[in-house]
Parts: sequence; structure tokens; C-alpha cells
Amino acid sequence: MTEALSHMNPRMSQEAIPNTMEERRSYLAEGHSLKSWLTTTDHKRIAILYLLSITFFFACGGVAAALIRLELLTPAPDLLTNDGYNRAFSLHGIIMVWFFLIPSIPTVFGNFLLPLMIGAKDLAFPRLNLASWYIFMIGGLATLATVVLGGVDTGWTFYTPFSSTYSNGAVFMAITAVFISGFSSILTGINFIVTVHKLRCPGMTWGRLPLFVWAHYATAIIFVLATPVLTVTLVLVALERVVGIGIFDPKLGGDPLLFQHLFWFYSHPAVYIMVLPAMGVVSELITNAAHKQIFGYWFVAGSAIAIAVIGFMVWGHHMFVSGQSPYASAIFSFLSIVVAVPSAIKVYNWTATLHKGDIVIDGPLLYALGFIGLFTVGGLTGLMLTMLPIDVHVTDTYFVVAHFHFIMVGGSVSAFFGALHFWWPKITGRLYNDLWARISAMLIFLGFVATFGPQFVLGYEGMPRRYHIYPAVFQPLNVMSSVGALVLAVGYLFPVLYLLRSLRYGKPAGPNPWGATGLEWTTPSPPPKDNFETVPVVDKQAYCYPVGGRDEQSRPRTQKAKAGE
Amino acid sequence: MNAYGWPTQASRYAQHVDWLIGGFGLLVVALAAPVFILSAIYLVRFRHGRKVDRSDAERGSVLLETSWALIPFLLVIGFYVVSTRMFLDQQSPPDHALTINVVAKQWMWKFQHAGGQAEINELHVPVGRPIRLVMTSQDVIHSLYLPALRIKQDVLPGRYTQEWFDADKTGTFAIRCAEYCGTDHSVMGGQVIVQTPVDFARWQAQAGADKSLAQRGHELFDRLGCAGCHGANAQGQEGAVRAPPLVGLYGRPVPLADGSIVTGDDQYIHDSIMLPNKQIAAGYKPIMPPFGNVLNEQQVAQLEAFIRSLGAGEDK
Repeated sequence: MTEALSHMNPRMSQEAIPNTMEERRSYLAEGHSLKSWLTTTDHKRIAILYLLSITFFFACGGVAAALIRLELLTPAPDLLTNDGYNRAFSLHGIIMVWFFLIPSIPTVFGNFLLPLMIGAKDLAFPRLNLASWYIFMIGGLATLATVVLGGVDTGWTFYTPFSSTYSNGAVFMAITAVFISGFSSILTGINFIVTVHKLRCPGMTWGRLPLFVWAHYATAIIFVLATPVLTVTLVLVALERVVGIGIFDPKLGGDPLLFQHLFWFYSHPAVYIMVLPAMGVVSELITNAAHKQIFGYWFVAGSAIAIAVIGFMVWGHHMFVSGQSPYASAIFSFLSIVVAVPSAIKVYNWTATLHKGDIVIDGPLLYALGFIGLFTVGGLTGLMLTMLPIDVHVTDTYFVVAHFHFIMVGGSVSAFFGALHFWWPKITGRLYNDLWARISAMLIFLGFVATFGPQFVLGYEGMPRRYHIYPAVFQPLNVMSSVGALVLAVGYLFPVLYLLRSLRYGKPAGPNPWGATGLEWTTPSPPPKDNFETVPVVDKQAYCYPVGGRDEQSRPRTQKAKAGE
Repeated sequence: MNAYGWPTQASRYAQHVDWLIGGFGLLVVALAAPVFILSAIYLVRFRHGRKVDRSDAERGSVLLETSWALIPFLLVIGFYVVSTRMFLDQQSPPDHALTINVVAKQWMWKFQHAGGQAEINELHVPVGRPIRLVMTSQDVIHSLYLPALRIKQDVLPGRYTQEWFDADKTGTFAIRCAEYCGTDHSVMGGQVIVQTPVDFARWQAQAGADKSLAQRGHELFDRLGCAGCHGANAQGQEGAVRAPPLVGLYGRPVPLADGSIVTGDDQYIHDSIMLPNKQIAAGYKPIMPPFGNVLNEQQVAQLEAFIRSLGAGEDK
């Protein structure tokens, strides 16, 4: 261990616990064979399985994104044929949405942390949890199989009647893959809901739940209520495509808009599946970095539930130019403004939490701030899109592409990395080099803004999305975007390197390297198989950091620890 | 695009949209400003190690929460009222608008003028006159996007949608397909050529349609043998083969066999030709064969023009 101390996080002041008995008996030591991993029912090990799988899928989707950005360097088709390009962005969308963004934070950190945060041994249904991972993997591998079958060219949105009648891609395989992965979402959602209801340790009342848990509870509700609609919709597309039953194609007597209503009834709430867990992460990171109680606990918790509920009523804002009734559009426009309110409440509360904090600016905080900045831009441009005449002009252009990437990629992926850095010591028992974490957090932020910032302008100037060949006037901004993407790719690669390095060379983390108050920090890092040696008893609010800053040592939230003072 | 990189505005409506995004953009910046500015200040001021007063940190404030939820909301609602009115006004073209028929198919735009002139991927229109585009698709969903006019409308198979504009600037402006439609989506484009009325009249004469849209429709009516049931002058027919009159159908209420009443508009006429069994006129048997596999959308538009030209005749 040669890292200079100045590179270490000042929050890591606590004496590290060297290779203790606890560490050797950690969940990681419960078997090293492949079989022990593939048959595990330990939520922490399943979280690791998910982490490896979604990293793999993120890389696959990233390769497709690289092809897209490389192709768009020039207005002419150079690298890919028209069909090749269409297949690249379809694969990018399908993999990134269903096999990275939707599962990312819930299946990795939700899985790992929910039981730890509420003082439980495991999720309510450990074997169902493992089954969810297998179902997810079958779906993911089926998606990759479409590439072997010639690819799919419908976009991730599968709009009918193109997908059901006209496309010559492997549509059936692709929708089968998404159909399968839906069950993984549903089962994970059920597991989380039951866990939060039934497995909270003594004293862990609803009002004491960490906001991460509230966010995942809200997410789980969406998983369970929205996903079945997608499942049914995909079956209907398959029926039309394979059997020729007229549902969506007017030539067969169907209604093409029906598909869009059903699809967005799922897919808009799905956006909140991607962003709510990220918000939960940020609430944890901000409070810990500021070493301070969250500002407006109930408003932050309640707004998660409000987003989950109102999120079901805004799907029509994807259809302002689709031919739906203009009066329906007027109502959806209004409801979309309403759903922005709880998001705004959260952002303002995080800002207020920093007030009078004792703020350590380190890797996790920079990632969290990256989320807040990018989410704010993405959210407010979303507010612009609720204005009907603006939406009519920029919908289906790069403006929308930029908007949703700011939220789903800029925001959620930053939060994912924030979570990875914050809980990495808990998951692996090792500390990483925080200087590198800070550098890559800033690189990701700058690379992201450079990639997607110019796309707002491109969209307003009238460049439609999914354009392989484009007018030459759009080239300078596209080149900026592609160069930004290169920076972004490097930013995403850095953490892989220094985090992997920390596994071998990192300092042992000790149970609570950040001086955090959550229950997960009261158990060794990495935690033992059953998480806690004795059942924790909680007698305090979440985030009960000492008033007046870090001078007073913060106390863990359990009776036991209190008694041991 | 003009010299400043701002996209061309080719109508008053386009200017209004730009004013809206400008004004709303300012509000959005104002809403984001506290987050960015205060975060930056707090990060510096309350950085670990700085000696500042951290006592009495608030854990929440219902007043603050209510105000930062309500004030932005009400400000946005002000814009909502303006923008929604703008949108709803844009839904109905003025009565004197010039109607042009649009058929989209993979991967081209076909335009038919009332005078019978037909164009592909080019649309000639006169400046200063409202233009109404009545659009349908031959295959998948497309979207007719005119960036310089800030308008866009999806074009659906089996359904008419419309959009309209009133260009106040002559010139050539891009047409783009905005809804992903397959292989050549990105080259499914064209141009609107906005001309002075004189130039437009010259173009009309030179594009030299010998027959108007309605006349072509009449020819089709004869060629397809529609007269066999609907009568030689489309006046309807009683007797062994009964069929409803088409004279006077356009724009009138049509009672259906199921008791409901629909308006005899373009959509009804379209469906009655392509899928005649969808809506059966009251008092008639469902004996008309569907023409969905016989006619393309342009021909249907010609038949509609013919039926429109029959006007509102005597009720029978």
C-alpha cells in the first residue's frame, strides 16, 4: 500500500480494522467455487452476480453507442449501412434500458443493501431472488442472440405496425427477450415489497427507514404494477407478427396508437424505475458527505411515493404529435408538470441539506453532485417538453435524446457510480484511491455534458433522432458530441481499473470508513453471511449525525453499540 | 439556419414558438439557479475543516417545502395556460386554407394538389396563404416535420391526421421524417418551396395537370364500376342492389346500422371504401367489397375529392 495519505479520503480517518476474523468469515469466503456462486441464495452474492452481469451488458450497449457516435462523425454513411445503423441504435436502446438501467441500482445495491439497511438476514424470498437473476440472464442472453439472428431494427420502442408487420429484423426474439426479463423485474419488486414490510428489525419504523429504502419501495411498486402491462403488450405484438391477428396494424383492422398507449403506460413509469433508486442513493450520499440529517425527511420520502403514483398518469406526453386527441394532450401536459413537483422538492431538499453541513468533498459526493446537476438539467428540459408547442417542434429530435440521456444516463449512471464508490468498502472490504475517484467523477460529468449538451442545440435546429445520414450543417455539433463521448468512455473506464486494483492493493476498510449512521455500517466489511451477529435494535432516526459537525464522533444507530460506549 | 445559427423561422407561429422557448428557458434557468449557486456556496462555505457556525441547522421547514413546491409550480402553470392555448389554436386551420393531400410511404412523401398536380418529396405552396396538409400513410407510421415552421405531426396508416401552416417567407425549407420508419428513415425528406402567388400560379400551370383531383376521382369511380351500385351519377340506387347515394354525403351526418351517427368526413369515406364493413350505413346491407387491396391512398384521396365535389345535394 503505497498511496500517499493526501490521496485518501479525509472521511477515512477511522482506524482501519486489519484482516480480522470477521473479514475472513465474510460472505465472500462462503465458498469460492463457481457452483457456490451460481447456487447461492445470499442477497449479497446475488448482488455481485448482478453487478458482473450488468457491467457486461453495459459494455455491450456501450459498444453499440460507440459505433453510433463514430458513424455520426460525418454526415455520410461511412461505417455502417442504413440497416446496420438501425440495428446498432436498437440494440443500444434495448440493452441499455432493460439490461442495464432498469436493473442497475435496484438489483445490485437494492439487493445488497435492503436487508442490511433494515437489519435483516436476507430478502424475504432468497431463492426467488436467485431465480430472478437466472431469468434476467436468460433474457439478456436472448437479446444478444438477436445479433446472431441478424439483429433487430425497430428501436427500443417497438412501434407498431413497423415492428409487427414491416420489420425484417429478429423482432420476435427481441420481444421474447424483453418479455422474459420483465418477470425478473416483477419478482424483484415483490421481493423488495415483502422485505420492507415484514423484515424490518425491532425499532426500524417506517419513519426511521433510510431514504434509500423508501426509494426502492417506490420503485418496487412500479416494478409490480407497470411491468405486466409491458408483458401483455409484447404478447400482443408477437400475436400480430407471428399469427397475424390484427391488433395494431390497420390493414388487419388494428389500431397503431393502441400500442403506443400500452407501451408508454409501462415505459414512462419505467423512467422512474431508473431514476428513483438513483435518488435514494443520492439522499444517502449527500447526508453522509454533509454529515447531517436530511432536510425534510418526510418530504423526500413522500415525494418518492408521489413520483411512483403520478408517474402512472403522464404516459400521453410521449404522444403529443401521435394523433391522440389534442384535449388529451392538454391534460397530459398538465399532469406532466405536476409530476415534476416531487422531483423539484427532492433537489431543493438536497441543496438545503448541504446548508450548515460539515462537507467532505470526495469521490462519492462528486458523483452525487454530478447526479444532481445532470438530473436538474434533464428534469428542467423535460419541463420544457411539457409545453405543447415546444414538444411539437422538438419531439423525436436530438433535443429529446439529450433530455432523457441527461436523466437516465447522466443522472442515474452517476448515481450508480456514486453508490459503487460509497458502498465499495462495504461490499469488498477495501478502500480505493479517492483521488482517482474524484478525477473520474469530474471526467464523467464533463464528458457527459460535452456529449449530450450539443444535442439540445441539434434538436432545436431540427435534427431528428435515429438519423444515420444527416444534413451537413449538423456536422460540427455532432463532432463535438462524438468527442465528448470519447471523454465519457474514458471516464467510465477509470473506475473499473482503480476499483479492481483496490481489491488487491486497497487498505482494509473497517466496518465504517465514512462515519456513516446506517445499519449496514455496524457490521464488518465485508459483512458475514447472515449480516449481523445479533439482531440490531434501532432507537434513532435515520441520519442522526451529531449536531454541530464532525467534532463529535457520530454514533451507530443500534442499542448494542450504544451500550458498548 | 440563419447566420447566427438560429434555425430559420418561416412563419409567425414559428416566431411564437421561439418566444415561448426563450421565455420558458429563462424561467427554467431561474428555477435551476438556486440549486447550482447555493450548492456551490455551501460546498465552499461549509467545507470540512472550515470554522463556521454550523449550529441551529434546520431539519426541515414546512414553509420552505411548500414554497419551493408551489411557487415554481404556479409560475410554470402560467406558461402552461399560454402554451396550451397556442397548441389548441394550432389544431384547427382557417376555413380558407388550401388543402393538400399527403401520402407517406417507405421512404417518400407524395403530395397531391386539388388542381391535380402531383409531386414527390417536393411541395410547392404560395406564401401568405394557410396551407392544410391532410395526411395518411400507406404503410408504417411516419411524421411530417417542418423545422422552419416548428410543426410536426405523425402520419398514420388507416387514419387522417392534419397539420397546417401559414408561411410568411418565400424560400426552400426542409421536410424531414421524424418518426422512425425503417431502413431509409434518415433520407426520407424533401423540401417545401414557398413561392410568391405569381410564381406559384406559374408553377401550377407548368406542372400541368390535365385533370383536377376530383376529375381523376370521377374517372376512378367509373373505372372501378362504382356506378353499378351507387348509380351513374352517384345518386344512390334502389332495387335489387341497393347502395346509398354519395351526392350530398360529404360533411353530413350519416346514421349507421348500429344506431350511431357519424359525420360523412374524409375519414368516414376512406374507411367506407377500404374497410366497408367497419361502419354500415343504416338501411343497407353489407355487400360492398373492401377496396383495401385494390386502391392506394392517393386514389382514395381522388375518390374523396370526387365525392366532395358532389357537394351537398338533395336528401333522398
